[in-house]
Amino acid sequence: MELHELKIHELHELLKNKEVSAVDVTKAYLERIKEVEPQVDALISITEEYALKKAEEADKMIQDGNINDLTGIPVIIKDNMCTENIRTTCASKMLEDFVPPYNATVVENLSNLGAVMVGKANLDEFAMGSSTENSAFKTTKNPWDLSRVPGGSSGGSAASVAADECAFSLGSDTGGSIRQPASLCGVVGMKPTYGLVSRYGLVAFASSLDQIGPLTKDVTDCAIVLNAIAGHDPKDSTSVDKMRKKDYKEFLKEDIKGIRIGYAKEFFGEGLDDGVRESIESSLKIFESLGAEIKEISLPYLDYALAAYYIVSSAEASSNLARYDGIRYGHVATNYEDLIDMYMVSRSEGFGKEVKRRIMLGTYALSSGYYDAYYNKALKVRTLIKKDYEKAFEDVDVIVGPTSPTTAFKIGERVEDPLAMYLADVYTVPVNIAGLPGLSLPCGLSNDLPVGLQIVGRHFDEGIVLNAAYAFEKACNFNAKPSFKGGAK
Amino acid sequence: MSITKDEVIHVAKLARLKFTDEELEMYSHQLDNIIKYVDKLNELNTDDVEPTAHIVPISNVFREDEVMPSMDREKILMNAKEKEDGCFKVPKIIE
Repeated sequence: MELHELKIHELHELLKNKEVSAVDVTKAYLERIKEVEPQVDALISITEEYALKKAEEADKMIQDGNINDLTGIPVIIKDNMCTENIRTTCASKMLEDFVPPYNATVVENLSNLGAVMVGKANLDEFAMGSSTENSAFKTTKNPWDLSRVPGGSSGGSAASVAADECAFSLGSDTGGSIRQPASLCGVVGMKPTYGLVSRYGLVAFASSLDQIGPLTKDVTDCAIVLNAIAGHDPKDSTSVDKMRKKDYKEFLKEDIKGIRIGYAKEFFGEGLDDGVRESIESSLKIFESLGAEIKEISLPYLDYALAAYYIVSSAEASSNLARYDGIRYGHVATNYEDLIDMYMVSRSEGFGKEVKRRIMLGTYALSSGYYDAYYNKALKVRTLIKKDYEKAFEDVDVIVGPTSPTTAFKIGERVEDPLAMYLADVYTVPVNIAGLPGLSLPCGLSNDLPVGLQIVGRHFDEGIVLNAAYAFEKACNFNAKPSFKGGAK
Repeated sequence: MSITKDEVIHVAKLARLKFTDEELEMYSHQLDNIIKYVDKLNELNTDDVEPTAHIVPISNVFREDEVMPSMDREKILMNAKEKEDGCFKVPKIIE
């Protein structure tokens, strides 16, 4: 096996036993990036020089006997997380030349552990989208079929893991932006409970929904990365304090006898692909054969989650993106009449279509006369959805179902119809609305494209989600690899 | 409810965005579709439901009022296109 095909825990063994150096590993991944990147277009920046310097530091840590699970492991960071002195664009013309003067807390954590950042991943502009087609710079392709989207918004993060351009990546998830691309690219992706991981240095989209999480090649690696990024941060007042620090690797057990697994009948409604439905039904049988108790539950308000989500997330986005005025950072217009006109021209030139659409929707929902009808109504529906889950979790320990109603769709297929694009998030959005932890892992193929299974747990119960995912992964034994077919000649 | 072109023009002003006529047509049409979709929330009676703005029940988070180093002025200004004497420079607003 080539170095770039290995998982974090496999690379760690080689590094620990000094069979390879961190510099060897980094060079192998940089080589791999040069080989596949022209086909996949997963990255906005390749940080070669920085990576080789970090790899040397990692080798020094290893020489000093100071190795941990992530020392010398190559990582790709979604380009909406601030990296000190390394351009952070959010895939927007607005931030095309923005160089952050500080690191996001998650980036700082990984750096301190000796992880080696090899690049920054493409995304839908400001993380708004489900296909990575909304990037101002490039369209990322799905390694399983290059004529299809990788999902989004963390499409570059997911595609880079699937294409072995890194051992793992970080994404952010506001309505499914880690789990949906993980599903479409056949990798493992987790959105932790809201408040488990610091958002400091993550460029804000919708602050009450955003959460950072890992994209990895297996569930073990997911637990390893979660260990590195979870925890209280005084710089993020919404990151939860007074929680006992857990070792998530302790939950990687094959025994799930007696665990109560719920599936909602509402998951199997209109819009669900037959191939996806079949894979999910077989997955439930696998859980049953492992001794889990399968129960049908009901989430009656699920059907309203997407509508509530688009109001709440767009309202928060319109406030958060008000900061882009062209003065302190970001794109600034050259031709304008006065101060107000400078704001208007700078913003209109800097933001792309989808970002403007969400700002408009959010501003409308918050505007005088509509606040109660839309924003406040959506917050009330949020309460109903939260209560739906609370009730369901009285009877079950985890809820499983499809991550996305379809497998990867064709590039260009949904760009003209924003509402059709939004429907890609129908199963992931409610989990953000309720702030719960959710994980997607591959559970089969449909027409040679991966299908993702979503496992959702109670607040801060990542442990049982990882336990169920680990047991399922062992039993399902999904080991297909992307083919890189369908590329332009 | 539906959204009119005049409303779109008003909202664009509030959001500090400028659109061409063609863009106004497109956004009026697309926002109208989205608004019609989210109108399904009105099927639900929420008279006795409290709104949830934040999922984690936290109130104000305080810390001790201690003097800590701030970010260097140079770093704060490093991304500004227009600056002068250690300040951000903006167009004149008072004649």
